[in-house]
Amino acid sequence: MPLFDDLAVSAVVFAIALAGMFVNRKNLVVLLMCIELMLLAVNTSFVAWSAWWGGLSGQVAVFFVLTVAAAEAAIGLALLVVVFRNKRSVDVDTIDTLKG
Amino acid sequence: MTAAHLLVEGVFGFFATVLVVSALGVVVARNPVHAALFLILSFFNAAVLWVLLGAEFLGIVLVLVYVGAVMVLLLFVVMMLDIDLAVIRRGFVRHAPLAATVALLLAFEIGYVFWARHLGLVSLAPPLRPGALPNTRALGLRLYRDDLYPFEIAGFLLLVGVVAAIVLTLVHREGVRRQDPATQVRVDPARRIRLVDPFPKGTTGKNGEES
Repeated sequence: MPLFDDLAVSAVVFAIALAGMFVNRKNLVVLLMCIELMLLAVNTSFVAWSAWWGGLSGQVAVFFVLTVAAAEAAIGLALLVVVFRNKRSVDVDTIDTLKG
Repeated sequence: MTAAHLLVEGVFGFFATVLVVSALGVVVARNPVHAALFLILSFFNAAVLWVLLGAEFLGIVLVLVYVGAVMVLLLFVVMMLDIDLAVIRRGFVRHAPLAATVALLLAFEIGYVFWARHLGLVSLAPPLRPGALPNTRALGLRLYRDDLYPFEIAGFLLLVGVVAAIVLTLVHREGVRRQDPATQVRVDPARRIRLVDPFPKGTTGKNGEES
């Protein structure tokens, strides 16, 4: 398939994830999932370029992005659990203790 | 166009469509558990696309590590939390037009950059298949030989993530009797045990022998 097809899929998924961050602005869980989706879209773009160019640098970048995304997911979920334990809700608007 | 080529195109079209639809499902799903399941579906489809592109190792890693560990962790957490669906859905419709506008604009911009003919993307040569090395072997050589230090830093980053997650979610309960290794090591034997003579001088034991 042409490179453009893969890049188009990646762009569409990224745009959907961004729209998801807008419409699910209050829901911390879905916000985390949208971040995962964005990383997936960017990774797909990396893999497409890597396959097209014939080098492995793109795939190595994807490897490190996956590692960082796994750490991010672990810490993000831990933060989510702490927020829920303290606020009894995952609504982003309840996290306003620093508002003064 | 050969039959194999057509097959690849068909497989790509199918999985790309399911990927986009399940990504939409993540965004619009009412229940966070459904959103997580849609996210798993989109990861599977993306893995197939990666394998089609020749990145077999990363496709397998995406399914094994991402779906198998990260998404299961996310599902566990989402199922443990008792989320009030009515509250977190507020504002969904109100923000929808803005979200659609931004998403369409972004997709158009990215697509325009990729589509732009002066970049020569359309006329690029078809993908080169890198050498005779299998993908996993080539990636392994690259990671363990050329990129060894970044690889170890990535491992250290995961360790930091583990420690951070544990410290964040650790709960100190009052009134729990737990072991304190430092106190255990510092114990003075003389204060813990006292040896007494069961037969003091002048008394006799049960069998009559003198102590």
